[in-house]
Amino acid sequence: MKDFEYTTPKTLDEAIGLLSESGKRGRVMAGGTDLLVQLRGGRFALDRVIDGKAIAELNELSYSAETGLRIGAAVPCYRIYGDEAITEAYPGLIDAAAIIGGIQIQGRATLGGNVCNSSPSGDTIPALIVLEAVCEIAGPNGRREVAVEDFCTAPGSNVLEDGEILIGFHMPAPKARSGAHYQRFIPRYEMDIAVVGVGAALQLSEDGEHFESARIALAAVAPTPLYLAEAGSLLAGRPVSDESIEEAAKAAQAMARPITDMRGTKEFRIHLTGVLTRRVLSGAVDRARGKFVPNAVQEAAG
Amino acid sequence: MKRIHIQTKINGEDIDFLCEARQSLLEVLREELGFTGTKEGCNDGNCGACTVTLDGVLVDSCLVLAVETEGKSIGTIEGLASPDSLHPLQQKFLEHAALQCGICTPGFLVAAKALLDCNPDPSEHEVRHWLAGNLCRCTGYDKIVRAVMDAATVVRQSA
Repeated sequence: MKDFEYTTPKTLDEAIGLLSESGKRGRVMAGGTDLLVQLRGGRFALDRVIDGKAIAELNELSYSAETGLRIGAAVPCYRIYGDEAITEAYPGLIDAAAIIGGIQIQGRATLGGNVCNSSPSGDTIPALIVLEAVCEIAGPNGRREVAVEDFCTAPGSNVLEDGEILIGFHMPAPKARSGAHYQRFIPRYEMDIAVVGVGAALQLSEDGEHFESARIALAAVAPTPLYLAEAGSLLAGRPVSDESIEEAAKAAQAMARPITDMRGTKEFRIHLTGVLTRRVLSGAVDRARGKFVPNAVQEAAG
Repeated sequence: MKRIHIQTKINGEDIDFLCEARQSLLEVLREELGFTGTKEGCNDGNCGACTVTLDGVLVDSCLVLAVETEGKSIGTIEGLASPDSLHPLQQKFLEHAALQCGICTPGFLVAAKALLDCNPDPSEHEVRHWLAGNLCRCTGYDKIVRAVMDAATVVRQSA
């Protein structure tokens, strides 16, 4: 790996200036768990690494039951699942944040990095999509916001223009009678890349027996994480039943367009999409009804 | 290229060094500073052999740039034993034969120490979950898990 300039801007303006002036030869680093591996592997060469961790806005983690959650792009996973109020309010997000790599990776890896890496299999991306998370972006031409479902454009590519930095995400406070869940399939217990990942978030009617609304998103079954607006909206007004859930799972399978690779065949991935969609919808319903559904850390703790 | 002056604390001792921006913390620990207890396995964040703590947080030192450690505290395997005795984890790894080739052992010990610091009474499931980022190709893990559980008992008794 050739040497590069390492910079630690304290402000966004300074970071945007450094990034703009280095063009494709500069990158922002948060946890570095993808960036350093790719750099060492020769996927790209850089003249400048811009460490985002000294910028206050990128390190902010704040939650209020009124305004919702804000996660700076450089906040590592362990800080997110280590926050009791956030774990309580957003279990569907913690499902994903607690299964990225092992404990050492979670000490560094960030949701901002996971989204900017824009892998089709990024675990936190479907979880963020179903929770209606919005990306906050700053660049030479000012600030803009992009829904997480519109952020990734191809494997490893996203909507960030030259000089633009992901500052973080914000998402609404959880609604009454709502629940979310994320699950992935991997052939081992930990430390692997999703063969398929599915996230769901939903709100139940006041009697708890009907779906008010639902959102479903998939990982690793298309060139980008997929938001399945139709599969979610067909549940609106429907009774909470195996039949309704089955219909949404079938719709999700119809919208998945996976490839066959070393992790699984196209057919297996379509099968998994159905299985996991049923499971995450059921888990999200349980959570919406106040039933405890453990995340990976809570499951280990028994 | 340019060498950068970095000031850190390693195992509680003030240490400064010069490094290039491209160098990982692992490379600097081993090759510039002589902390060869930290091992290089995969060098891409999969195996955990290079596990150290950075301001108390477990990290793979291969995925940290040495320049990032300015003003931070690093904990390595060299800081585990006291001058006159092994740490209970080290003692129990010996008693349970929880190692063969030994390359993964420092990483397991540093990770297990961090677990016992925050959870002195872990279940077997918690131990396995916590140590998922550390790979061992010799033992099959069972002996390691038993050693950690046993060491936890000692740590609890001496607390």
